[in-house]
Order: sequence, then structure tokens, then C-alpha cells
Amino acid sequence: MLLKSLSELNGTSGAENLVRNFLRQTIEPFVDIISTDKMGNLIGMKNDSLSGPKVMLAAHMDEVALMIIDITGEGFLKFRPVGGIDARILVSKPVQINNSCVGVIGAKAIHLQKHTERQNALSCDQLYIDIGAKSKEDASSKVKLGDYAYFTTEFEPFGDGLYKGKALDGRVGCAILAELLKNDYDFPLIAGFTVQEEVGLRGAKVAAHHLAPDFAIILEASVADDMSEGAEDGWITELGNGPACSLMDRSTLYSAKLIQWVTSVARQNGIPLQFRRGSGGGNDAGSIHISNVGIPTICLNVPCRYIHSFASVISEKDYRDCYDLVNALLKELPNFFEGSSINFAKEDKS
Amino acid sequence: MDMDFRILEQLTQIFGPSGSEEQVAEFISAQISPYCDEVISDTLGNLLAVRHGTGKKIMVAAHMDEIGLMITHIDKEGFLRFTPLGGVRTANLVGQRVKFNTGRIGTIGVEKLAKPSDFKLDKLYIDIGAVSQNEAEQIVHLGETAVFVGDFVEVGSRIMAKALDDRVGCFVVIEALKRSKSTNELVFAFTAQEEIGTRGAKTAAYALEPDLAIAVDVTATGDTPKDHTMSVKLGSGVGIKVLDRSLITPPQIKRWMAGVAAERNIPFQWEVLEYGGTDSGAIHLSRGGVPSGVISIPTRYVHSPAEMVDRSDVQAAVDLLVSLLEHPPD
Repeated sequence: MLLKSLSELNGTSGAENLVRNFLRQTIEPFVDIISTDKMGNLIGMKNDSLSGPKVMLAAHMDEVALMIIDITGEGFLKFRPVGGIDARILVSKPVQINNSCVGVIGAKAIHLQKHTERQNALSCDQLYIDIGAKSKEDASSKVKLGDYAYFTTEFEPFGDGLYKGKALDGRVGCAILAELLKNDYDFPLIAGFTVQEEVGLRGAKVAAHHLAPDFAIILEASVADDMSEGAEDGWITELGNGPACSLMDRSTLYSAKLIQWVTSVARQNGIPLQFRRGSGGGNDAGSIHISNVGIPTICLNVPCRYIHSFASVISEKDYRDCYDLVNALLKELPNFFEGSSINFAKEDKS
Repeated sequence: MDMDFRILEQLTQIFGPSGSEEQVAEFISAQISPYCDEVISDTLGNLLAVRHGTGKKIMVAAHMDEIGLMITHIDKEGFLRFTPLGGVRTANLVGQRVKFNTGRIGTIGVEKLAKPSDFKLDKLYIDIGAVSQNEAEQIVHLGETAVFVGDFVEVGSRIMAKALDDRVGCFVVIEALKRSKSTNELVFAFTAQEEIGTRGAKTAAYALEPDLAIAVDVTATGDTPKDHTMSVKLGSGVGIKVLDRSLITPPQIKRWMAGVAAERNIPFQWEVLEYGGTDSGAIHLSRGGVPSGVISIPTRYVHSPAEMVDRSDVQAAVDLLVSLLEHPPD
């Protein structure tokens, strides 16, 4: 299963090669041109010679992980998060380094903690990775500074149509995008599998500039907080209620006209749709929509519980509905361009 | 020449939070079209205008958007929860009236608080007078935006209204555009989405590719009781920006602006703003870099429903902009 393979591959920001190689093989039969740009973005193109709007679908390949920044005299590894990780979720988790070396994120056992120590969550400074090394020399033979440590979670279905796994944040989008490429659409389509989203939307910035699409759709997973003790108005998105269309986040204010279009296409096709209700967070749309002279951009999110953690959770139905919605949007897109008052004027390159 | 402040009055009262600047653009387009060779709207919602000439291409920018609120949830009783659009001050909100694009008015209420320090944005809601969720959903939808209600009032030499940030900047640019006898190539950007991160200015500058740029925007003052330390005063002339969080004005631009002001006897004050930024922040980093300055209009109570400017400062800003366009730097 595509999503399982993608979830279990290791690839944090700046080290997306395993994910990229896998995706390259997966999409190669379905695209006309395939390339990797200088930042490491994987770009697939279909129908490049057709006229019509150039549409970019974007999903990011990178996941959050830990970077090894020091090896102590005793052979323990100190680390820093790459991307947004809550240090409180790290204690005692197994990790994998260099796809071979197993480690455990260690901390003082509860038996040994003083009362005051139990009151405070541990920070990254107090945690370390134990790879069972006997000494600094022993550890240095297996790990070097700058290596990455990844969560080891196995992707699997559970409960009533739910999936759990690591790295779902970006890989859900990658999987939907890869599946969509099997279909035929009659306009130029660009698949952008981007790098370094988790550290500041960096890959997308470069990709959007050189690809210069007329329209962009971002595919992502987004926070679902529907199990929290908070009131319903703080839930952001809810599992099982369909893909969530972004209204606003820290990096983008989505066009009301485009949101209206997404809403009407979902309704016409009987696909459930919800809105992403928070205004925090950000995604590749933030870089893409202000590229060049401006690119109309929407973002569709698969609701995801426990995002950026050891095991995040999505609903299979939301995943399917998101695929169906993007497919319906793409089929409808040429008509929308014809009748839309949105400015799709291309940059004058003369 | 006397200025027609009725245009400013109309500008401040148009609905135009970030992302919904269409009506402001429409109004400005009608004002400036007779004086420009080309007027277009772009993808982000910027209104771009060109007046052909020779020599250096000078860009003038003022942002059309105002701060506002976006609806994030409609509850079972028909109350609305919201998120800020731009730098909204939570402390100012309770009891304020807000207005949707449909004209519907609401007021902002607050939950019962156990202690004053519990006062946070998520304790506030908008009451639009709906008696049920169903009724509320007929009136507003998720993602819809609202702005403050804040009438245009003339008080002595001063004016207060909502959205003077930055409709007064738009007004200054419109007035200067009408009067300018500059023979330079002039490009004007009435920008979108400044309040949420100078996003419109970024794509506008990329599209227009100017040789230098001036943004016109409001700035804070330090002249009210026990105010923070800032040497900008209402009524003491137009501000020439030295620095804010987004820009350090290059020396040659400062010299040019202050030199022209001094020569024409236009009252000005140096402006150092320790927080905030404006469109020049985005413009000066466009492509290979664009030397950029800012004409600042001293404004009290920025981001409130009653922002306040002095008419003489607005006049000085117009005079300075007209003079700058006629005397570009070498």
C-alpha cells in the first residue's frame, strides 16, 4: 500500500532522498517528464505541450525528526528537533538512525526522580539517545554529527477505518498526489513533491518560482483536535468529516472566490467538506501564493490527530474523500478558468 | 490646492479587510483612471496603475486593506467565534461594533471570567442578533470577514475614523497622482494583504520591477499621555521613515526625501518605528533589490476604530510626494 510505504520511509528536511527515490519510481510511468531541482524538489509533468492553465499540485516529502548534534563522553547522543516537535512526547521512544542503528530516547526513571523533577516536563537539553554504545569512540563509529534519528512507528489500520503511522503530515499529500497522476486531465499538470517544508516552506518557494504555475493546490494533513477537552470551536478539523479546506493560516489568506468554488464542487459531487477553522500553522501555500506575480492557491487537508508525533492518526474515508475532491476539482478546473474573474494573467516575459 | 477630504471619508468607510479589497480597488480605480495610461488588478488583489514617462521607473505603494476579524465557528445559539486578521488588539474589542460585507452589524461580547487575567481572544464572541445557529448560518458563513464600525468624524484640525491605516495613504497617493506633473515613468500599487505580512506588495513589486519605490503608510506617535517614547507628533509634519522592523531606509533615499522637503518648506519629522513594518519592507527585497523609502503619516490609536490624523500632516504628505515624483534622485 502506497501510504504505508511512504509513511515508513525516513526522510526529514534536507534528507528526503529515500522518499524522493520511491516517489520517482512510483510516478515515472504516469508522467511525461520527471526531474529533481537544485533544492531537491521532485517535479513530474504531464501534458506539458497542451495549452490551458498550468496547474501545480504540491505535497511535501519531509517529516519532522531529530538531528544528532553531539556525542557525549559516555557515548550518548545529544540532539535537536528538525521541524516542530514537542519535546514532551520524546521520552523513552525508540528511534532509528542511518536506517540501521537503533536507539532509545533516555531519561531518568521515575523511581529516581525527585518530587520537583516530576513536576516539569523534560526539555531536549535533558534528553539523549542511547544507542547502546560503550564509549564516545564506539558511538562515533556508528553515528556522526548531523545524522538524523527517526521515529520507528509501523503504519497500520486500526479501529473503525483509521490509520496510524509516522510522517503522515506530508506523506498523506504525497500519496494522494501520486495516485492522482494515474488519471488523465486535459491541461498541463505539474506534480511538485517539495523539500524542507517543515523548516520554513523552503523547497516550495524555489519550485513555484521556476515552475511558474497558473494555479496551485496544496495537499496536506492538518491538525484535528476533535478529541480534546476544549470546546468544539477550537477543534480546527474533525476526523471523519471529509477533507478540510483552509480559510486562513499564518502564511496564507485563501481567496474567498476559490473557497466558494471548492465548496460548490464538493456539494455537486456529494463529497463531504469541512473548513480548517484555526488561523495558526502554515504550509507550502505560504511560499507559493506570493511567488512571482502571485499564484492563486488553495489548500486541502486530511484531518490528522497527534500530528508531528510518534504516531499520527487519520481516517481512511477522509483520505479517499480528499482524493475524490481534488479529482473532481481538476475535472472542473478548465470550466472554472473560462468563467472565472480571478486574474490568471501570465507574467510578461518580454 | 485644497484637498477634497470627502474622498478620504468615503475611502475610510469602504469595507476592505485583508483578502477582500475589491470594493476599495473599484473606488480607487474610478478616481485614478483618468490620470493613468493603464490600470489592472492582479492575482493577489492589488490594483496596479501605470503612467508612462521617461527616466527612472518610480513605484508608489499604499495598502488598501484594513485589519478585521474572520469567523471560525458558529455555535448552537448563533454566536460567532473569530480569529484576528492583522494586528487586532484584544483589549480593544469588547463592546465594539463590527460590520460584515453584507452590511450586517454585530457586537463583541465576552464570557464570564473567573479572574481578569483570563481575558483572552478565545473568550470573546460576536453577537449578530441571531436567535439560532440556523439563522446565524443564513447571515454569515465560516471564513467570512468583518471590520470595525468607526465613523469618519472631523474634530478641530483632526480627523478620526476606522481604517485611516491605510486609506489615508491611498488618499495621499490619489491626490498626488492627480496633481503630479512628473515626467518619469510612474507605477502605482494600491496593495492587498499588507496587514497580514505585506504579501500584496511582494507580487506587485515583482510585476512592476521599479528602479526605486516609496510607500505611503501611517505610523505611530509618542504624543499621548504617558505614551511610549517615540519622537513623532501629530501635526508636526509628515514622517520620513528611518527604520522599522521591515526596512532600514538607505542613506541616499533619506537624503533625497529630506532634501526635497527642506527645499520646498514642507514640514517633516524623522520617524523611527521600533515595531511593525510596511510595504517597502517587501518591495526593497524584490528581485535584485529596490532602493525604497516611506512617507509616514503620524496616526494615533492605530488599529482601533478611531484612528486619528492631523489634516496638516496629510497635506504635507501630499506636497512631499508630489515634489519627490517631480525631482527623482540622480
